[in-house]
Amino acid sequence: MKGFFLSLQSEFYKSRKTLGFWSAILLPLILILFVSIGFYLHADKFAHNPPMVLWLFFAGLVLNIMGGLLLPIFVIFLAYSVNSIEHKADTWKTLFSLPIAKWSVYSAKFVYALLLLFMTLLLFAIFTIGFGDLLGLLQPKLKFGDYHAEWMLLQIYFKLFLAALGILSIQFLLSLLWSDFLKPMGIGFVLFIIGVISVGSEWTYAYLIPYAHPMLALKSMIPHRKGLPPDRIVIDIFTQDVFVSLAVFAVVFVAGFFIVQKKSVK
Amino acid sequence: MVIQTEGLSFNFGSQTVVNSLSLQVPQGSIYGFLGPNGAGKTTTIKLLLNLLQTQEGSIQLFGLDFKANRKEILSQVGSLIEQPAIYAHLTGRENLMNRAILLQVNEKRVDEMLTLVRLSGAAEKKAGKYSLGMKQRLGIALALLSDPKLLILDEPTNGLDPNGIIEIRELLKNLVTNHGKTVFISSHLLGEIERMATHVGIIHNGKLLFQGDIKDLDSISQPQVLVETDNAVDAANLLTKNSFTVVDVKDDSLSVIYQSKEKTGQINALLNHAGYKVYSIHKVQKDLEKLFLDITQKSA
Repeated sequence: MKGFFLSLQSEFYKSRKTLGFWSAILLPLILILFVSIGFYLHADKFAHNPPMVLWLFFAGLVLNIMGGLLLPIFVIFLAYSVNSIEHKADTWKTLFSLPIAKWSVYSAKFVYALLLLFMTLLLFAIFTIGFGDLLGLLQPKLKFGDYHAEWMLLQIYFKLFLAALGILSIQFLLSLLWSDFLKPMGIGFVLFIIGVISVGSEWTYAYLIPYAHPMLALKSMIPHRKGLPPDRIVIDIFTQDVFVSLAVFAVVFVAGFFIVQKKSVK
Repeated sequence: MVIQTEGLSFNFGSQTVVNSLSLQVPQGSIYGFLGPNGAGKTTTIKLLLNLLQTQEGSIQLFGLDFKANRKEILSQVGSLIEQPAIYAHLTGRENLMNRAILLQVNEKRVDEMLTLVRLSGAAEKKAGKYSLGMKQRLGIALALLSDPKLLILDEPTNGLDPNGIIEIRELLKNLVTNHGKTVFISSHLLGEIERMATHVGIIHNGKLLFQGDIKDLDSISQPQVLVETDNAVDAANLLTKNSFTVVDVKDDSLSVIYQSKEKTGQINALLNHAGYKVYSIHKVQKDLEKLFLDITQKSA
């Protein structure tokens, strides 16, 4: 276990100055900043909306961009950047000749990618709430302050996190095995496009494709239940697509370990 | 024995890269692992570190079997394989700090290593901006960071200037004589190995052609004395009469089997005395290709 934590610490130390790390912070910040500026400039257009609808508009704009489209691409990039740091420096051979179990080196890197993704999505929730409340202060006619969307947003982004784990595990393994940029990226994009098409055409088995999970997760998050008060939104986190995503994640993570164990370092 | 292999073989597809290698590296030695490019040196080193899976034969380090004692063995080994593995976006110091985190070495040791390889002045510079020699020195510092008992270095003087090579040589000698370390160093330069090694293994096409004490190698490698003179043919005759073994005569130079410094001095005096002009006189090593030919012919 010690080797795992040392490796995790080292992952942070060596990547803290890379684009991969900073994009995990800058992506939510910039995206939400732009949406907020749009809201601020067009405040009159939104002013007549009740607070809950206002939050749905605001968060929905970000979610539509991030959730379905940007998230898979971001995950593909993230998985690549965590591994490419070793490919570029030719450091796999040193990582695997340290007195640390290969299992620790592999899982620490995987968990680090996982933590970065978690942090990004958490920041999306936090920045959405923060900028929403800030808009309410700067433009009092936007009544953001009269409704609390915190719990809803945290649940939505947590669901997205779980839905993205399948993609993350596959892309992580591809990026670990191939040193060049094009193979994991190319395969990732093709699978993502297949995912988009299968969701768009409402294919029955789309939920089996990990790359479709973030989109499906957004579609399936609001259950069709009757008898709820109109100002309450219930988020269904554990839907079919999330379960498939978690299963893919578990299988690929374990398989990846055996591949790494057997893999020769060229 | 610090390193001991038996019948070690490795194939890339149908090509045999390492062929039943039996290495014996005694403790406290500088073991020169000599061979031309593509002889299987790097593959052997990767096998020793378990970066490549052993296909045939066995490897023991410190008398321990690798599989069962991976962590224990690797905690006592420092290595530098091919070009040094360095994070270009981190400074030299950060590269060492990162490794120090992994090995749980304190920060003081990092500074000591920087001083040792003379990179203190460039410690805060991005390692990607380092010259080849500086990268190589940083690689050596990384290998030495955990104060390992065994150093495995793959062509560590590649890309170093003559000063750098001398420094590395002195550093390695010092580690062995004063700190009881063992060094396993690969090279394709016979001269470099002869200057520092105590033991030698020569590998060619994956096979170990020679292994033993450096003194035993001398009997095979037979250095020569090259003399540049104005009348090579007559000078050669004179030397032969004085029982020197002339092996080659060219228009403006001749070669004699090297015996000792004193004998080389005698050659000079003899020629001068007889009125031949000596433009230069020095000891030359046989090149590696010739040495391989000799060894293979002897063993055949």
